[in-house]
Amino acid sequence: MAWAGMNWGLFKIIYQHTGEIGLDSGWHEHEFFLFLGTIWIINSLIQTLFMANAAEFSELIRTGNLDFALLKPIDTQFLISFPRINWSQLPNGILGVMLIAHSLRELMQEREIYFSVFSIPAFLFFIGCGAVVMYSVMICLASTSIWFGRNQNLYNFWFYITNFYRYPMEIYQRSGVGMALWGTFTFVVPILVVSNIPARILAQPLGTPWKSWEWGLAAYAIVGSIWSLMASRWVFKQALKSYRSASS
Amino acid sequence: MLESAVIWWTFFKISINERLIYRADFMLGTLMRFLPTLTQIFLWWAIYDVISNTDTTNSGTGPDGNIAGYKYGDMVAYYLLVIISRAFSSMPGLTGGIANQIRNGEVKKFLIQPVDMQGCLLMQRLAHKLVYYLIATLPFALVFFLCRDFFIEGWPPPNALAVFFASLVLSFLLGFYLECCIGLVGFWFLEVTSLTFIYMLMNFLLSGHMFPLELLPAEPFNIRQLVEYLPFKYLAYFPAAVFLEKIEGPEMYRGLLAEVGWVVFFIVLSRILWHRGIKRYSGYGG
Repeated sequence: MAWAGMNWGLFKIIYQHTGEIGLDSGWHEHEFFLFLGTIWIINSLIQTLFMANAAEFSELIRTGNLDFALLKPIDTQFLISFPRINWSQLPNGILGVMLIAHSLRELMQEREIYFSVFSIPAFLFFIGCGAVVMYSVMICLASTSIWFGRNQNLYNFWFYITNFYRYPMEIYQRSGVGMALWGTFTFVVPILVVSNIPARILAQPLGTPWKSWEWGLAAYAIVGSIWSLMASRWVFKQALKSYRSASS
Repeated sequence: MLESAVIWWTFFKISINERLIYRADFMLGTLMRFLPTLTQIFLWWAIYDVISNTDTTNSGTGPDGNIAGYKYGDMVAYYLLVIISRAFSSMPGLTGGIANQIRNGEVKKFLIQPVDMQGCLLMQRLAHKLVYYLIATLPFALVFFLCRDFFIEGWPPPNALAVFFASLVLSFLLGFYLECCIGLVGFWFLEVTSLTFIYMLMNFLLSGHMFPLELLPAEPFNIRQLVEYLPFKYLAYFPAAVFLEKIEGPEMYRGLLAEVGWVVFFIVLSRILWHRGIKRYSGYGG
């Protein structure tokens, strides 16, 4: 929660010095805070639902207790993915909702934005897609502990990867290295669409009618979440093949 | 005197060996540490892009894209330099470690052995840091070489460079004794997690870890002025600012002097806390 506040403070300060992040990208202050709120919601969803479980999974691998999970007549990935809910991470999400509500109201006073009965369900749907993608990334990361045998790096890796999806994708699209990063995190590991699509639905940084590439991106978000889910499933299975248990 | 020197040397050697166990992991970890900087580079690029291309009537922005005196290159260089300062001043787990030892009674060993707790811990940290620099030089050099174009002013003059290194060493001591003090509060509070958390927050915001302190607003109340009177800025901002020649001349030496003052202050404070603390201490458990 304090991290969230600090993040907010940082961008509050940045926006004292600039009007927009990324030239003509439309991410002005209120739009950006909508984006930030979206990030907080996705993050808190992930941390509430999956973070503790992924850590637990790594621990199961290390101690060899995964044997018991493997023996049960139920899909292992399902079994290890959902046993626990970490409620303490939920307040950040609520904070995110509040930030979004506030920014949306400010934004509506500022200019015309398109808002209909479909906006909220669409927003929630793409948040859901986002959660799926992030879940997949996390499962992949956790599965690697089968190969590496240690799990301290899980949180670190998680932090480093989420670093890339915390900003609007426009900031990457200007230079060679940036494009490479953008491509990687859109098409290989689709974490950029996770945050960008839902935020775009509400903030509409480029004005009311969506550009055609934005529609394409939204469609891609759905494909991307399915693809990443499948990929994570595959990685999980492959990793399990190398599982050798540990003495107990 | 000689005896205690031998003891400290032994602690030093043990800690060095302890640290050399995970070399590869270490190097990889160091490289990973620069990843967030990569996104920072893009973020600031996007910001400066706007500033350079829009009217300069906005508050705080000047011509050819400069925020509070920082050009784009300066800004990136600043973040890179802060990583160096932090490599000196950050003490992961020190506070919690001390508080834990107090709580579970491990601290007793310092009461019966002829070893000084702060000294022993200091040697440990010193060893860890030295090993860290030894191994991290390679990744650091690589990254700084790749990023050399961001340092638009080139190398600072020799006297600034000297102050830069001195302030780094001091920031190590400052970070160590500051966190020591917080940990020793554990004699009274037993649980210092919340205190650590507050410290971490303050550190993050007010040390310049997140952005150059010049960016802090003077309104509604003058945080910018406030941080000048706090020790935090020496943990990250000061060395970087000296290197980038944002602080020069007499002001630079004054800053260095103030840093020495803070170090002495926290050394004394930690001694007082320690002596008061052990009087209050009752050793439960084994």
